[in-house]
Amino acid sequence: MSLTQSDSAAVAGQLEGWSRPTMMEPESEGELMEVAMGPHHPSTHGVFRMDVTLDGERVMRLRPVFGYLHRNHEKIAEGQSYLASMPYTDRLDYICPLTNNWAYALAVEKLAGQEVPERAEYLRVILGELTRFQNHASSIGFLTQEMGAMGTPLMYAFREREKILDLFEELTGARMMVNYMRFGGCRVDASTEWLERTRKVVAGLNKFTDEFDRLLSTNEILMARTQGVGVLKAELAVNAGVTGPMLRASGVNYDIRKVDSYSIYNRCKFRVPLGDHGDVYDRYMIRMLEMRESIGILEQALRDIPGGPVMSPTAKIRGFRPKPGEAYGRIEAPKGELGFYLISNGGPNPYRYRVRPPSLINLTVLEDMCLGVNVADVVLIFGSVDIVLGEVDR
Amino acid sequence: MKTVEEIKSAIEEAVPGAAVEIAPNPNPALPHSLRIAADNMLAAAKFLRDDAELKLDYLSNVTGVDWPESLEAVYHLYSVEKKHGPVIIRMHTENRTDHVELPSLTPIWRSAEFQEREIFDLYGIVFTGHPDLRRLLMWEGFKDHPMRRDYVAPDDFEYEPTAHDEVLKRAQAHEAALHGQSIPGQTGTEAGA
Repeated sequence: MSLTQSDSAAVAGQLEGWSRPTMMEPESEGELMEVAMGPHHPSTHGVFRMDVTLDGERVMRLRPVFGYLHRNHEKIAEGQSYLASMPYTDRLDYICPLTNNWAYALAVEKLAGQEVPERAEYLRVILGELTRFQNHASSIGFLTQEMGAMGTPLMYAFREREKILDLFEELTGARMMVNYMRFGGCRVDASTEWLERTRKVVAGLNKFTDEFDRLLSTNEILMARTQGVGVLKAELAVNAGVTGPMLRASGVNYDIRKVDSYSIYNRCKFRVPLGDHGDVYDRYMIRMLEMRESIGILEQALRDIPGGPVMSPTAKIRGFRPKPGEAYGRIEAPKGELGFYLISNGGPNPYRYRVRPPSLINLTVLEDMCLGVNVADVVLIFGSVDIVLGEVDR
Repeated sequence: MKTVEEIKSAIEEAVPGAAVEIAPNPNPALPHSLRIAADNMLAAAKFLRDDAELKLDYLSNVTGVDWPESLEAVYHLYSVEKKHGPVIIRMHTENRTDHVELPSLTPIWRSAEFQEREIFDLYGIVFTGHPDLRRLLMWEGFKDHPMRRDYVAPDDFEYEPTAHDEVLKRAQAHEAALHGQSIPGQTGTEAGA
């Protein structure tokens, strides 16, 4: 089988300040083999394909193939009113529907100059951090599953996730497809009982995190499999637009909750954990530490949440037509920077509706991290990126 | 951070002859953007990334927009080092039909790699200098650009041009070529070809 050098290698010399991975030189004299990992492969978290060129067990080239779940979300959103897209954002990153709601609401509020009442901001932070917690817990669970810990850590993570989803269900009416936020607030108010129950769940999360930490962080197999694997340098991470825990694992201090201090994050005390090596273990560890910070934010927000309305009295639901203009709103979603770019021409529909998907852009560096490693490690490195295909393909 | 006007004059100073204009946001409460001529874009982008004061080292978002007269690419830039932004730069093609080339900014910021591929796929802007310009979301062999506003979706949504017939024909020819001489009754096949 003959393989031509990747077409991209030819122009690699013209790139400014970064280099694109080129196909590696095989060491053995045997034949190279091309394997399509996916779209139906247990490790790909959905319908994603990696075309891997192998020399024995080593990866010589990796080409991600997207689009199996593409439904042109952006086009659909341009054909309907602003509010009608809100439930559709739940389906982007379906592990974290509430942060998707939040990012979209934030962008539209920027566009329309809409204020949000304080209680709604607190509720958003509470729900956003609960979402972050369950996302990180399940993503660690999936990662350990991929290194052969069949089920145990994942089941522990899902046990906690279930409690959080029960809270979501009680508040919004749905476990995952929540459709909860509105431009100028939230759809329904949280009852005192709900807040009390949330406090109880949050108090239990500390114990779970300790347990999870003890179970995994110093586990010999986990350390042997993840340390020094899939290293991502800080410079490349910034240039490639990598965001979220993956960027911070490479040691770059960039958390949009701190940088933009949107909502009420400037009132919350929390630290931004940073990694040293940028390997899979660091990415695992950053998620673990962020879970602890999320608990801290949750405790503060649940303590300080004020009374009052959850919808701004100036918010317009029917006949909502923002003035002509364009706005970009972004939040620190569990997977990275989730942004919405909207152009309004004064009509009831957005003229342009764009989702900046963290999952897709974090995959830019997948090939860089995977070249030269064994196939089994590709699964781990891919798992440590933490993606959801609903958002990658949109 | 510098204002849009200051950034405009800084670019004009650094890139001689650059055509930069401020594209006002119709809503004056929201940030304005800079429209840069496609010819000067690469140099201006390199300046924005490397300038010691701006250091816009992080390209967050690339958006394609279909306007009635032209196609546009919008870039949202932030600085991870200085923690400021966004600076919004945009460039547009000559028209929507035959002059749809724009310089790719992937050589400057790698994060444009997939996003420009997506715009090429869905809008049909051809990014010259992109290291790997292929369709991202639609399948290979798809003809149109579905995000364009004049795109008409086919009636048969479920239809996908799978290669069954063609592949079948090729497979039959291959089989015939392999076994053509030994299988009686199959005349006219190019045995051994």
